[in-house]
Amino acid sequence: MAFERNFFPRQVVEAGNRWDWALLPLVLAALVLAGLGATGMTKPYHLGDAIPLSLDPLQLPYYLLRTTLRMLLALVFSLLFSFAFATAAARWRAAEKVLVPLLDILQSIPILGFLSITVTGFIALFPGNLFGVECAAIFAIFTSQAWNMAFSLYQSMRTVPGELQEAARVFQLSAWQRFWRLELPFAMPGLLWNMMMSMSGGWFFVVASEAIAVSGQNIKLPGVGSYIAMAIEARNLQAIGWAILGMLIGIVLYDQLLFRPLVAWADKFRFEEAGQETAPTSWLLTWSRRTERIAKLSERFTHALESTFTWFRMKHDGTSIRARATPHSGTLARVWDALIAAGGLYAVYELYTFVHAEVGFAEVWHVFLLGCATMLRVVVLITLASLVWVPIGVWIGLRPAVSGRLQAVAQFLAAFPANLMFPVVVVFIVHWHLNPNIWLSPLMVFGTQWYLLFNVIAGASSIPSELRFAAGNLGLTGWLRWKRFFLPAVFPSFVTGAITASGGSWNASIVSEYVSWGDTKLEAQGLGSYIAHWTADGDFHRIALGICVMCVFVMGMNHFVWRRLYRIAEERMHF
Amino acid sequence: MEKHGSPIIKINDVRKSFRAADGRERPVLEGVDFTLREGEIVALLGQSGSGKSTLLRIMAGLIGVDSGSVQYRGQPLYGPARAISMVFQSFALFPWLTVQQNVELGLEARGIGREERAERAENAISLIGLAGFEGALPRELSGGMRQRVGIARALVTQPDVLLMDEAFSALDVLTGERLRDDILELWTQGGMPTKAMLVVSHNIEEAVLMADRILIFASDPGRVRFQLAIDLPRPRVPDSAGVRALIDEVYALMTAGAVRAGRAAEEPEEMRLHDRLPEADVARMEGLLELLAGAPFHGEADLPKLAEESELTDDELLPVASAIDLLGLARVQSGDLHLTLLGRRYVDGDHALRQELFGQQVLANVPLAAHIRHSLEQDPERALPEQPFLRLLQQQLDPAEAERVLKTVIEWGRHGEVFEYDFHAGSIHLPDDQQDEAARNSVIE
Repeated sequence: MAFERNFFPRQVVEAGNRWDWALLPLVLAALVLAGLGATGMTKPYHLGDAIPLSLDPLQLPYYLLRTTLRMLLALVFSLLFSFAFATAAARWRAAEKVLVPLLDILQSIPILGFLSITVTGFIALFPGNLFGVECAAIFAIFTSQAWNMAFSLYQSMRTVPGELQEAARVFQLSAWQRFWRLELPFAMPGLLWNMMMSMSGGWFFVVASEAIAVSGQNIKLPGVGSYIAMAIEARNLQAIGWAILGMLIGIVLYDQLLFRPLVAWADKFRFEEAGQETAPTSWLLTWSRRTERIAKLSERFTHALESTFTWFRMKHDGTSIRARATPHSGTLARVWDALIAAGGLYAVYELYTFVHAEVGFAEVWHVFLLGCATMLRVVVLITLASLVWVPIGVWIGLRPAVSGRLQAVAQFLAAFPANLMFPVVVVFIVHWHLNPNIWLSPLMVFGTQWYLLFNVIAGASSIPSELRFAAGNLGLTGWLRWKRFFLPAVFPSFVTGAITASGGSWNASIVSEYVSWGDTKLEAQGLGSYIAHWTADGDFHRIALGICVMCVFVMGMNHFVWRRLYRIAEERMHF
Repeated sequence: MEKHGSPIIKINDVRKSFRAADGRERPVLEGVDFTLREGEIVALLGQSGSGKSTLLRIMAGLIGVDSGSVQYRGQPLYGPARAISMVFQSFALFPWLTVQQNVELGLEARGIGREERAERAENAISLIGLAGFEGALPRELSGGMRQRVGIARALVTQPDVLLMDEAFSALDVLTGERLRDDILELWTQGGMPTKAMLVVSHNIEEAVLMADRILIFASDPGRVRFQLAIDLPRPRVPDSAGVRALIDEVYALMTAGAVRAGRAAEEPEEMRLHDRLPEADVARMEGLLELLAGAPFHGEADLPKLAEESELTDDELLPVASAIDLLGLARVQSGDLHLTLLGRRYVDGDHALRQELFGQQVLANVPLAAHIRHSLEQDPERALPEQPFLRLLQQQLDPAEAERVLKTVIEWGRHGEVFEYDFHAGSIHLPDDQQDEAARNSVIE
């Protein structure tokens, strides 16, 4: 070795390798940017003050920075929430009974609902400072990100393979070590995928969460969302164009600097041993792995984590009296069940008196009908979108050369906020005097149809090639080929996509049934526009009613339609 | 057993049951007494569902018992103990950890420092012949090497007892044999820290070659039916007369009495409606019958020889043998299989005759099949959902078992054209061409 060193003297430079030098400006820039954004967040502010915002494209990079930071913070909180939620729900039966249905409900509450309820509280929390409003915006983004991440982590923790769990117990892993060594790694691919979905959701609602126009407030935080809101108010198409560009850059940056490295890194957590697809790569990850400093830093981090295993280790084994299982107490469980039931009954009673006193049953019926209208839209549009995208998706999926690239495009389109297209549609509808009840509807699936597309592509490209040869050999052609081969083959992935698309469409109905372009306001009759309307006016009772009804619809559809389809797909249609 | 040392794990009158679908308790183990002593290797043999894996998990502290006591060196065992280690059937390696990290797992849990951990892990890895692979991920390794990692991981904590749950059954024959020989070599040379080993297996030869003592389990409920001490010197040669004789003896013991339901009775018992059926598919039964009828067996064969010739493992061969015994096409007697006259007719017959004979034997010997057929004939639709039959089975068997039994009876019924089954609707119905006939019969009645 010493011999080699003499030949290559440059390699013995002590101050790290050449990758380190390229890293320095990047780290510095990140630090400066984070500082800049953070100072902007904590400026003094009093309710009613106007925050100076302009449509000047030169301001857009700064707005982009603020939006990105907000999203990042929301993502971190979503992650922490998911850890806490999933651990509690997966470990304690009693907590699970409450938490899982609760999350199911929270999942179907639209984010405007959360915002209108919490915004005043957050502002009161930090009087005289902009940070309160920032918190409200971050919380709104959080609510569009957290639930599916928590669910995914919980599901994964429940489905850790039995032998691995047994191995963890035989080798005396403590709960803490088990979480980091077994449960979190096992859940990582699913969690990451859901983080990406969540990020798409966050971008979709960026306007609603930054330009806070609920409960009579009208605050626009500096950010891309507010920029878009202002552009819409000012009917400035050029500014919309700039905003699209800004958001594009934001999404690409997130993809390149955060998600792609994470996905490439998380490849080692893939559990299935089969499926030798090409492993995902990321230039940033390759680069930081080659960088000595970062490698050292991550080593330090792992060592720190390992030493926590020593602190939180199991102090006794199965022969100690402390390992003796306390006899299962039936009474305690029954008391808990009774408490839950009583709480449920009380909630129903409260709901009844609330409806009776505040809004009246006629209103409930009216809202229910509106819900039916929105449901009709969702069903018709998902069907239409399926008719369009399933054949296209299958076509693409069967051609490996195109499918890889187009799938990435479809994922990108899913992240792209469809509300940027709204102005175009409004102008179109007004110009041709079309019926908004019909022509506003396509906006609902504008952003969510892509889930259908890329899931079908994924499904079609995983059809075993032997099966394709067999179908070709048997001479299956035309409709028969679709009925007997393609459609059953992509059905499971289609259902997965359709579940996401339908849930997203319900949520999107709030922004897409009530659309404005300057002074022009178009409204479609539906539950979404009802909630949007009363949210702007700040009528808590009607917001609550609207949200409740929407929850009922979404959960009903999940329970009676999607879960059944999903089960059929799981039982009968897999390879 | 004077030559073996002091007891390590002592199990006394253990009972364990699981709750069936209808809420009733279904016993898995009943009245099991067992002592694992220092210096011995014990093998547990038995049909699937006989509770041998459950017993192993009880000894690992993974499952609690309903009654009876489990003691490790005189202390009650409430959960997994540090001194008891385990090797798993499908390895149970953490795929995101390297070989070294996997091996270090148990040491890390004990709070042993990094340097010592690395040193001990490296020793264990090279002991088991994996030196050089410390940094590899499990997915880069072949099955045999993965199981070596599993064994190194179990040995690195210097356990008193090593439990092996069908540790070689996921490997191909050659790899499994090599790994087994390596372990035996370590054991006889004293290269292992371990004082005793317990091996759950379904391979009779493996058990005979490894163990000082074999326990044969009976099922429904699981309990120890026979115990067999083996005094052959090591290393044992698979083809030696002593080993072959012992293998024959174990085969005979395992098929003694009613193989079918695993009842210990020396008389073959009547098959009952909800008894477990041997899990044997029709193609294998036909294949085995043809093998038995042809040269060199000419209708009579030794089960170990048949296993060798058919290239079936013991847990594949035994259900097939007991199935054709149940259907009266051959008889199992003291480890041999004899073709019956009916079996001869079956083998000689053409496809149609075979189906007819098979159907007739299924109806005559499998009460569940007869009951299904009877119910179908009475039904005006000539079709019934599967659920009632499944529920009937679930009263005695656990849900997975019940489903397996129903699946088996459906396959047999289909082959014998006794009834047909619609997967999507989950319903059983009479074959189309027999529906009119059945209708006529019921009118005549």
